[in-house]
Amino acid sequence: MDLELRLRVEELHARYAHALDNDELERWPDFFTPNGRYRITTAENEARGLPLPVLYAEGQAMLRDRIASLRHANIYEPQRYRHMVSAVLLDEPDTTSIRSIAHFLCLRIMENGESVLYASGRYVDRITLPELRYDERIVICDSRRFDTLLAIPL
Amino acid sequence: MTRMQRSWPAEGATRVPYWVYQDEEIYREEQRRIFHGPTWNYLCLEAEVAEPGSFLTTFVGEMPVVVTRDPQGALHAFENRCAHRGALICMQARGRAERFNCIYHNWTYDHAGNLTNVAFRKGIAGKGGMPADAHPESQAPKKLRVEAICGLVFGTLSDRTPALADYIGPQILPRMKRVTVKPLKVLGTYTQVLPNNWKLYMDNVKDTYHASLLHLFFTRFRINRLTQKGGVFVSDDGAHHCTYTEIVEDRGDAYETGGMRSAGGAHDFRLQSPELLEQEDELGDNVSIQILSLFPGFVLHQIRNSLAARQVIPKGLERTELNWTLFGFADDDAAMLRRRLLQSNLVGPAGYISMEDGAATGFVQRGVRASPDRASVIEMGGAHIGSGDSRITETAVRGLWKAWRSYMQV
Repeated sequence: MDLELRLRVEELHARYAHALDNDELERWPDFFTPNGRYRITTAENEARGLPLPVLYAEGQAMLRDRIASLRHANIYEPQRYRHMVSAVLLDEPDTTSIRSIAHFLCLRIMENGESVLYASGRYVDRITLPELRYDERIVICDSRRFDTLLAIPL
Repeated sequence: MTRMQRSWPAEGATRVPYWVYQDEEIYREEQRRIFHGPTWNYLCLEAEVAEPGSFLTTFVGEMPVVVTRDPQGALHAFENRCAHRGALICMQARGRAERFNCIYHNWTYDHAGNLTNVAFRKGIAGKGGMPADAHPESQAPKKLRVEAICGLVFGTLSDRTPALADYIGPQILPRMKRVTVKPLKVLGTYTQVLPNNWKLYMDNVKDTYHASLLHLFFTRFRINRLTQKGGVFVSDDGAHHCTYTEIVEDRGDAYETGGMRSAGGAHDFRLQSPELLEQEDELGDNVSIQILSLFPGFVLHQIRNSLAARQVIPKGLERTELNWTLFGFADDDAAMLRRRLLQSNLVGPAGYISMEDGAATGFVQRGVRASPDRASVIEMGGAHIGSGDSRITETAVRGLWKAWRSYMQV
């Protein structure tokens, strides 16, 4: 396994997490290819073979719509995330993409300081080469429960 | 001071005192008078227990319940509590079983919840075991009466509950049947945990006035504005409701001239990918949104091509679990499935037009904490409780409280 490629994948995941946690949501669609898919689901739905997403976007236009709605339409209590992303498991790359699996924890911090473990799960990704972008990012949450609402993407 | 000494505000139907969301005794009485009383409680879709021998576990109020389909195909539901020591009989969320064995001491139940075997009941080699006159069946789990309608399974713990169709009534039942026109297929489930009393969520569901004011996505994208044609149905007893909006491209500017926060504003807000909202009029009656609720804790929605059952489960005075089961029809083609999955973005915890509900109801729970004897002002539409063609009304909310007071004898 190409060590440099491993480092570049981990850097992509890190930049993604930092963008979300630093409220740079407008940068979020740029981590994806133009037709890149993003899907949050639950381990239960995956195990049962059920297609229902909690959040689903096909392509950067839908990703941008999600952020525009968060900024201009949706109302939610001020909150931040703190993502912790694990080391990655990588498949052997083919000529145009590589598959990556990473674990994550996501804390949610409210304005009054209340912090909770909001979500944990796996990022199951297909990442394009040579320019690293998510062609597919599936966020498989361990729990079927979501506290109050899910506004900021995971 | 006990709750039963509390009095309802003199204004009657147009006020809801905040102690209804805060009083532990009220919460306990609701379990007895409402959830265990003469009400029908949503359990699951029939499609989730389609196979003979299948089961799932759920709740009626605080009571854990097993729902089964027996080998002959009949539906049953019974309390998930062993007659012996009270342990859960069934730990799994769903599955298939030949029988149900309590893990604690291996007492065995059939699909109807009958105790069929007590391990070592007669002891071994004449030693141990229960006396011949022991009657462990006296503590058997409660059985629910079960009925399915429109592919939806309901259970009741009371002998006094009328037949399900009569309970739903003639105003609401046709609106239910208009959605479930074909066999249903489960697309998936998740749970939204709400930081508030269960009634605040039902309040919210029945509040036709808030939708276009709280949910700006609706208004900014002109999905649902009160200037569009629609209406509300309320059952005679107030308990159940249904509101709908027709598919009409709104050209009015009532929001803009009224200076409402949810108005489009100077910068017209447009989706880059409006295909997410494209609706196929699959039910053929030009309705874009229908929200239907049955007392105490069931919601059926059609939001464009997103269809779902929502089950409201109280988990304590200030905590509610909202179980979403999104479904399609068994004969959906690939294009319809994709449309339903895209439009699932509108609902659930991340829903463009529903994420605010969990927050707003929690804000009420927090806001009223020091004011149990103050009250909500629910006067949109006067004191009227009934059907109408305006959604700038709180008629269905007043209906909820009329029904609740009737069950609670408050």
